[in-house]
Amino acid sequence: MFTAMLGEAWHAMGANRLRTFLTMLGMMIGVGAVVLMMAIGEGAQQSIKKSIDSMGSNLFIVLSGSPSAAGARSGSGNSATLNVKDAEAIGDLDGISAVGPVSMGSAQVVYAGNNWNTTVIGTTPGYLQVRDWNLEDGYVFSDSDLRSSTRVALIGKTVAQNLFGDDVDPLGKTIRIKQSPFLIQGVLESKGQSLDGRDQDDTIIVPLTTAQRKLFGNQIPGSVRMVLVQAESDKVMNMAEDSINSLLHQRHNIRENAENDFTVRNMTAMANAAAETTRTMSMLLGAIASISLLVGGIGIMNIMLVSVTERTREIGIRMAIGARERDILMQFLLEACVISIVGCMIGILIGVGGAYLVHHFLGSDVVISSQSITLAFAVAASVGVFFGFYPAKKAARMNPIEALRFQ
Amino acid sequence: MNGNVIEVKAVYKDYETAAGPFPVLKDVNLTIASGDYVAIMGPSGSGKSTFMNILGCLDRPTSGEYFLTGHAVAHMETNHLAQLRNKTIGFVFQGFNLLARSTLLDNVALPLVYAGEDKTLRQQKAKHLLEKVGLGKYLQSRPNQISGGQQQRVAIARALVNSPSLILADEPTGNLDSKTSEEIMALFDELNHEGITIILVTHEQDIAEHASRQVRFLDGRIVEDTRNKVIDSESA
Repeated sequence: MFTAMLGEAWHAMGANRLRTFLTMLGMMIGVGAVVLMMAIGEGAQQSIKKSIDSMGSNLFIVLSGSPSAAGARSGSGNSATLNVKDAEAIGDLDGISAVGPVSMGSAQVVYAGNNWNTTVIGTTPGYLQVRDWNLEDGYVFSDSDLRSSTRVALIGKTVAQNLFGDDVDPLGKTIRIKQSPFLIQGVLESKGQSLDGRDQDDTIIVPLTTAQRKLFGNQIPGSVRMVLVQAESDKVMNMAEDSINSLLHQRHNIRENAENDFTVRNMTAMANAAAETTRTMSMLLGAIASISLLVGGIGIMNIMLVSVTERTREIGIRMAIGARERDILMQFLLEACVISIVGCMIGILIGVGGAYLVHHFLGSDVVISSQSITLAFAVAASVGVFFGFYPAKKAARMNPIEALRFQ
Repeated sequence: MNGNVIEVKAVYKDYETAAGPFPVLKDVNLTIASGDYVAIMGPSGSGKSTFMNILGCLDRPTSGEYFLTGHAVAHMETNHLAQLRNKTIGFVFQGFNLLARSTLLDNVALPLVYAGEDKTLRQQKAKHLLEKVGLGKYLQSRPNQISGGQQQRVAIARALVNSPSLILADEPTGNLDSKTSEEIMALFDELNHEGITIILVTHEQDIAEHASRQVRFLDGRIVEDTRNKVIDSESA
């Protein structure tokens, strides 16, 4: 019985192909939009997540304060209020797993005929631990390198690419940074883009003391621009922030109510805020796309109502020869469902195709999850039942005598 | 059951109008035995169509009793009425009323779909009946590809497919020319010979002559009930 009815629904749809197609088009566009929007939203979330992971987890950045000279203030990190001793003291606090004091600047680097301008970071091995950054090849410089300001360097992927190309192995080669020769002791793993869109691989890491003494000069011995701090877990983040604050207050002799000469930034909280924004965006996209599903459903209802009226006489004939109310109800409901489900399947193809086009031409990350497809499918089927029910009920409630008399 | 297909007792039918209930059938009593061949006649407005709708279980009387093969129809709920129409009655209409999109085979098999029969049996029975009415060659044709007389034969095949106790034909020759009408009536005669009860509504005297009993309606009452007799003075 069911298969016979399914066959009839198929025939009824075939009887007016253009109309059926146009009705389906509403569903196709709706489902396609939902699948595409969810793919784009999911892709954005994943790329944000990747950036956050590359930043390092449970991360603080302590910046030196903004100096003011005759009332004119310059930006954070420009005065020499933080030093290596501060960093070491922070590292000794409870709940802190690693610190990386940073002194940085940009420099021209040269190898053979190639040259490149990049960011040089002077730091300690703790920095790599905080950033959860491993070497692809070679090894990290040691504490004795730090003590004796050795000229060794770890280079990022982008720098390696620009100085050496694909064919030359940078390990063991000597490059010149600001004219001084440096031995390349390691190549850093690729980290990709940071949250603010910078290329994190365009960098060179050297021992902190080497940077301070031999590259950027040194106004005050031992001063650093910032200190990267990693807490042991996200649970101790707040506690760690408080103890860093009070420690630096004490060390810098800052009186109550006086302005701090440093800033502590909770990077993980900022990253989570960014992730939250993306999630909200992608939900918004999905919600807007769902409205087109609703419009598609109304289109189905509209056409089904027309179809029921047009086929009044057919309904009368069917009733006269023994169709019960639920037989008629089923017939029209099935028709609405077939339209919406076929429309949905084509819509999924359109959505997936659209996602590939977006990925191909715009380069954005897209992620098609089976979850989004299942969701679109379930919604489409319920739209078919929901919007098909009223017209089908109307058909089933007809009076057979009047229906038979209908011209 | 006592050999009567139809027993109608004191049936009244009122239609609700703006001016209050309007009586269409007044105290109608009729008994039709199994195997009978009855023509129901009367001018338009006489109540014969309303009576046919009640006989066909498409409508219910306002008061009175109607027994179809022993089932009390008057107070039955709609789903039961639908089943009764499906199993007990075969309808033949003036306008043929075939489904235009379906093949002749599917048209004839349709009542079996609602009876819940499986596909092979449906096809087999429908094919057999189409052959019986002389359309065995047109199983896969559509109604618009054959003539009116042939369409009415398909409708008769459809009426017969569930082996009904009775066939109700409402002006079955009204849309046909006289030669085709005779052919269709010959088919009805043959079916009656095979023992099927036939009730036909008509206003043409020569069609009514085929029946063995003529029932005449006027103003909502049966005014004449004659058996196997010839020409009355007036025909409406």
